[in-house]
Amino acid sequence: MADLSAPALEAVEVRKRFGAVEALRGVSLRVERGECVALVGESGSGKSTLLRCFNRLVEPDGGTVRVEGEDVRTLVPVALRRRMGYVPQDGGLLPHWTVLRNAGMVPWLRGDRDSAARAGEALALVGLPAERFGGRYPRELSGGQRQRAAIARALASRPSLVLLDEPFGALDAITRTELQDAYGTLRRELGIATVLVTHDLHEAVLLADRVAVLRRGRVEQVAPPAELLAEPATAYVRELLRRARVETA
Amino acid sequence: MRRPLLLLALGLALLPIAAAGQPAGEGGRPVVVASKPFGESYLLAEMFAQLLEARGIPVERRPGLGATEVAFGALRSGAVDVYPEYTGTGLLAVLGEAPVNDPREAYRRVAREFERRWGAHWLPPLGFENTYAIAVRRETAERLGLRTLSDLARAGPGLRAGFTPDFIGRDDGLPGLQRAYGFRPREVRALSQAVKYQALASGAVDVIDGYSTDGAIARYGLVVLEDDRRFFPPYEAAALVGSRLWRESPAAVAALTELSGRLDEARMRALNRRVEVEGEEIPRVAADALRDLGLVGGEAAGAQGAGRGGAGSFPAYLWERRATLLPLALRHLLLVGVSLAAAVAVAVPLGLALERVRGGAAEAAVRAVGLLQVVPSIALLAFMIPLLGIGVVPALVALFLYSLYPIVRNTYTGVRDASPEATGAALALGMTPGQVLRYVRLPLAAPLILAGVRTAAVMNVGTATLAAFIGAGGLGDPIAAGLALSDARMILSGAVPAALLALAVDGVLGGVERWVRPRGYEAGRAES
Repeated sequence: MADLSAPALEAVEVRKRFGAVEALRGVSLRVERGECVALVGESGSGKSTLLRCFNRLVEPDGGTVRVEGEDVRTLVPVALRRRMGYVPQDGGLLPHWTVLRNAGMVPWLRGDRDSAARAGEALALVGLPAERFGGRYPRELSGGQRQRAAIARALASRPSLVLLDEPFGALDAITRTELQDAYGTLRRELGIATVLVTHDLHEAVLLADRVAVLRRGRVEQVAPPAELLAEPATAYVRELLRRARVETA
Repeated sequence: MRRPLLLLALGLALLPIAAAGQPAGEGGRPVVVASKPFGESYLLAEMFAQLLEARGIPVERRPGLGATEVAFGALRSGAVDVYPEYTGTGLLAVLGEAPVNDPREAYRRVAREFERRWGAHWLPPLGFENTYAIAVRRETAERLGLRTLSDLARAGPGLRAGFTPDFIGRDDGLPGLQRAYGFRPREVRALSQAVKYQALASGAVDVIDGYSTDGAIARYGLVVLEDDRRFFPPYEAAALVGSRLWRESPAAVAALTELSGRLDEARMRALNRRVEVEGEEIPRVAADALRDLGLVGGEAAGAQGAGRGGAGSFPAYLWERRATLLPLALRHLLLVGVSLAAAVAVAVPLGLALERVRGGAAEAAVRAVGLLQVVPSIALLAFMIPLLGIGVVPALVALFLYSLYPIVRNTYTGVRDASPEATGAALALGMTPGQVLRYVRLPLAAPLILAGVRTAAVMNVGTATLAAFIGAGGLGDPIAAGLALSDARMILSGAVPAALLALAVDGVLGGVERWVRPRGYEAGRAES
């Protein structure tokens, strides 16, 4: 049984190698209950690989991953995944399922009889009322609406943990800001622990309680946004911050 | 839908097996009489069949079998009991020996070797000699003053030749002709038996090879050039009898032997002319010939219709032949339906299994299935004969093999490439691989899989016309016979219904495809 005092997620000295590439070289990270931690880094920094270790889409070569105190190796992968919400960059809605059926997927997989009701609640939370949007197919939605539906799908079984893999990356600036605000509010209200993978430092600072900067499979610094901005721990972090400012200037 | 068809196919498949236990002829299994696909062969086979029937021996007709390798292959395997063959073909094409100039010696040689090797028997020759005849248009002969093959050799560099592949390859064909006369045409094109006369008449080529008894020589008013150096050895036509009929039915062999020595060249040419030039029905010409020879009774048998080439529109011609064409169309549909159903039952699970494997091995397996597609249809059908004999079963197997690739390929590709975003998310949210397959990959791949089935079905309708060459029936029957007899309307009476059938099958499957396409799935992707 899950240990109520344990952190939501914990990675201890996790290592992963893909052929000649060392994606993770001993990464340790804690995500407390209800906390949002952003994983920031360039392509190849290992941030997505780490995310995928949490739901066993990737099996580490070494180290330990715990979810609510339980070593994930002791859990059935499918059951583990049904405990966590997940939102990929492109939404990943099933194109041949209606929005309502998509949103109710995880409750349905878990065998909940009221999966449609759960889906309806979740859709209401993200601003897509089921009466209006439930019967539509994904291609009948705008990009922002699709991402909202994907978030509803992640939330429908009321998980205490959600994994976001660059969920706002493909949206235009205005829609992105709307969705970032919407998710920020939701996760605070619902007390959901979140791991947010992003290459956008602004997004990380806006949404996360703490930011973890990864570089070539190692953690450079983990700190609350204010501390990160005030005291970059390494030259790399300083450079990352400088470039982010330059880009938005 | 599938079950009754399969049962029907099984029934058809078991028929010859059930019949195989009984001796041929005497009130048991019918004697299987076959021919090769050209006019004289059809006619001789029909005469064999009518003669056997007149002696109270039941007969099954398998006219128009592919070519020598198909017909003789069928005889050797016991699927055919008798067909008309030429000693020269036996000597060169089957035994692979050198030409022999004395027809008697050629006959003795094949009779001895065929019995020794395969237990097959050449009955005494029918009585006419047949040899290659090099023919040109009358206009060409007059313009260039051509009378002999020596004249032809002189005019050679200005002429375009159209020869059958058989003639081009045989030592007593073009290579020998070049050696004996120094004949060097400007170009040599390979033409099939069926089109060479039209090609010559229309001026597409200037010189062709034919047989001395061909009725088409008279039909097109051609000039046969004299073989002034006596290069082409004359050969004799005879009934070639398989070992089983020889052992089991002396009565049938005796009946067939009644024709030996009775057909001289003049008579044969006249009969061929009636079939190939006048366009008369073969059964009628055969019956007349047997009656004239005093081999069957006096009344005019099978005299229900006049010539094939009677007046009237093409639709009227089709309507007139509906009693023949409808069963052929149904047989055609059966061949396509059963082979396709079996292919779907095998290829879809195979495609799904390969998608599980993925990688190089799966791709290699799909390509291996694709290799089947490269085997020419007629060759694949010919390969089937030693294993499965002739008729419906080998045709079904061949069509089944041809149908596999489009379905396997589309299933494998469709399932593998089904929206990686959707399958990735479904997996990450806790679907099992089986659920991903059932709820995501398969529905998304369904239109592509159906498109593969549709491709296979339409190809199958076309390929099934070739089944006629191994005696499986279907709409290829009138096509093969029409080609052999240069009868365009007969060809079209098989080709047009086959084309309509292809359109109908495509239309029906197109409807099914729209029906299985998931709603909400982009049309653009599903069409690819």
